[in-house]
Amino acid sequence: MANKKVIITSIPIVIFTALVVVFWFSLGNDPTELPSQRIGKEVPEFRLSNLHNAEEFFTNQDLPKKPFLLNVWATWCVSCHVEHPYLVKFANQYPIPIIGLNYKDERVDALKYLQKGGDPYLFSIADEDGTMGIDLGVYGAPETFLVDGNGVIHHRYVGVIDNRVWNTIILPKMKELDPNLEQLEAAE
Amino acid sequence: MKKLIVIVCALMMAQLAQAVIETYEFDNEAQEQLYYEIINELRCPKCQNQTIADSDAPLSRDLRFIVQQKIKAGETKRQILAYMQERYGDFVLYDPPLQPANYILWFSPLVIFLVILAIVVARVGRRKVTLEGESNRANQEKGE
Repeated sequence: MANKKVIITSIPIVIFTALVVVFWFSLGNDPTELPSQRIGKEVPEFRLSNLHNAEEFFTNQDLPKKPFLLNVWATWCVSCHVEHPYLVKFANQYPIPIIGLNYKDERVDALKYLQKGGDPYLFSIADEDGTMGIDLGVYGAPETFLVDGNGVIHHRYVGVIDNRVWNTIILPKMKELDPNLEQLEAAE
Repeated sequence: MKKLIVIVCALMMAQLAQAVIETYEFDNEAQEQLYYEIINELRCPKCQNQTIADSDAPLSRDLRFIVQQKIKAGETKRQILAYMQERYGDFVLYDPPLQPANYILWFSPLVIFLVILAIVVARVGRRKVTLEGESNRANQEKGE
């Protein structure tokens, strides 16, 4: 009988401990973050104009033949303003091409913005009506896709890339995609 | 007069409810019905606890536009949902498909219900026995 009492009284304690463990591990998680459906797939086909020249068009063929970052941004996106100086810095520091996807933005505003804050992008694609954004499953700018030299998406980061994110997530993953990066760093 | 106020209020509310939704023209009523059916089954990826019918987010507006375009192009509901799922995952479906990754979602309520049922049956079953025992004792006491 005493044994049974012990079991019954320990139930709430066990449940409580289990909840603490579950909640502890959920602390760092962002529940609004969605897994990308494009991982392991190629960048969806697109034909969109150059942000700097509405007459010129980019397609998948224009994407770099080495691993690169595809950064989705807009001038209306507040956190993109936070991210921008970091991208400018990393673009100068590392030989990793960054392609800009200007998402549902006004061309004039975007160009003005790049002129003022610096242009970290190898080239900028203007996704004026957001079709490519939807094909990529973009739900909140800034989003950054890590793409290999064959145009296959390996990872998506949703949110602002700052020093911490760059050093702990983006850079290690880019090194996996591009072994040359590792050597470059070792040489320094 | 009262009636008039009620009508006016009702009209004002109707306008509020419609404020988010753009009016799209469809070829027939079936298409329009399908449109509302689909936008009420898709979850807005940006504002997570709303359907795209509910949501005022620009992304929802874009998705509604796509749904409308696809319906007019004659696509079926299955095709349209597949299109969304391909981009945003099971998450966009308010009626997620039954597959191993979702088993916990589908079956956990049933499992919890069965566990509770088992506990209740076990406890109530035992109580009956003791009740009977008690009434027997009571009868015996009466008899004495």
